[in-house]
Amino acid sequence: MPKVSMTVNGKPVTGDIEARTLLVQFLRENLRLTGTHVGCDTSQCGACVVHVNGVAMKSCTLLALQLEGANVLTIEGVAPSETQLHPMQEAFREHHALQCGYCTPGMIMSALDIVRRKGNELDDHTIREELDGNLCRCTGYHNIVKAIGAGAKAMAK
Amino acid sequence: MYNFTYHRPATVRQAANLLAKNPEAKLLAGGHSLIPVMKLRLAQPSALIDLNQIDELAGVEVKGRSVVIGALTRHADVANSQVLQQVLPGLASVPGSIGDPQVRNRGTIGGSVANNDPNADYPAACLGLGATIVTNKRRIAADDFFTGMFSTALEENEIIVKVMFPIAKKAAYEKFKHPASGFALVGVFVAKRGSDIRVAVTGAGANGVFRVKSFEEALKKRFSPKSIEGMTIPATGMNSDIHASPEYRAHLVGVLARRALAKATARGDSDVPGAIAGM
Repeated sequence: MPKVSMTVNGKPVTGDIEARTLLVQFLRENLRLTGTHVGCDTSQCGACVVHVNGVAMKSCTLLALQLEGANVLTIEGVAPSETQLHPMQEAFREHHALQCGYCTPGMIMSALDIVRRKGNELDDHTIREELDGNLCRCTGYHNIVKAIGAGAKAMAK
Repeated sequence: MYNFTYHRPATVRQAANLLAKNPEAKLLAGGHSLIPVMKLRLAQPSALIDLNQIDELAGVEVKGRSVVIGALTRHADVANSQVLQQVLPGLASVPGSIGDPQVRNRGTIGGSVANNDPNADYPAACLGLGATIVTNKRRIAADDFFTGMFSTALEENEIIVKVMFPIAKKAAYEKFKHPASGFALVGVFVAKRGSDIRVAVTGAGANGVFRVKSFEEALKKRFSPKSIEGMTIPATGMNSDIHASPEYRAHLVGVLARRALAKATARGDSDVPGAIAGM
């Protein structure tokens, strides 16, 4: 089987995988990093968003083999330590920006990408527009938008 | 998804050789159309030839009176290109409306053009600007390139390398976006470059992207929404599905063409940098 090597959350990883293995499968099934979710499996819902070389992408629509040598960041890799949350995670907790929690990892990875592209001062309209690729079936958008605004600000500190 | 063999060439030449050796192979660019289709087992290529490591294929640059966009340039990189926003804002606005931010971070212009989805945005921009699609073998005018729904003039073993867009003085795109998919229910690209006036429509036609000659003729007198006030196109040949009837799509062509013209003319001459004024 083809071999793939990449860096996930700062650690070098390798795997022998079928060519058809999606990045999200590689993360969840080979590396047992199950924080990245599969919602729709059709690149619409955003539950599978991870960062590839610093840029948000949908891991259900990438082949793991395409990520040879790449730097991948998943939700498991954003917190600074075992006991501390990332400011964006903390903002989601503080603002109760999750109900069932299924979309949350993707929401947070997308939120970090919004901050990368748009900075730390985000108005609600911008956040809503930028969340085009993330669906919350609990429809908890109101608090998600609040959390991202607050989390973005907190990241500047 | 059925399994396949995977190749990662470093040059276009290597990719072409691999393609020649694997007749059932497909080229993989952003993969945001191909991988979903493979998941549904609607496509089952024996091999995928991944173009993503070929650095020479990505980038946006102005060359003379054209903007040249490498086939592997991501939608986000085209949308954010400052040089493109300066010289041809009508084109720069197109990729920003494709999919969602994550999709735009991966999808490519070459993939979109080669796929020729009947609801895709780039085919309208290519036809509307009279672009030239440059492959590893030849140059193909957009008018000859898009040959029908999901069909192009590309031959086997042919790889899109870049797309050259002439810099039009006035150009704009207007799209009625399907709220769930983000695809164009109807999208209209209008452009004026000297006496060359083009109106290209995506999403509406049952056979893919097309030009509206009656609108183009009417716009020769004056490139303004008023010139096509009240004009419509026949519903025959329009696509019909659960999202919209042929009549509704035909109606939207007129509405969106007028909106695009308003946008293109509002940008005005003052937006055109001195170096390229007079084209």
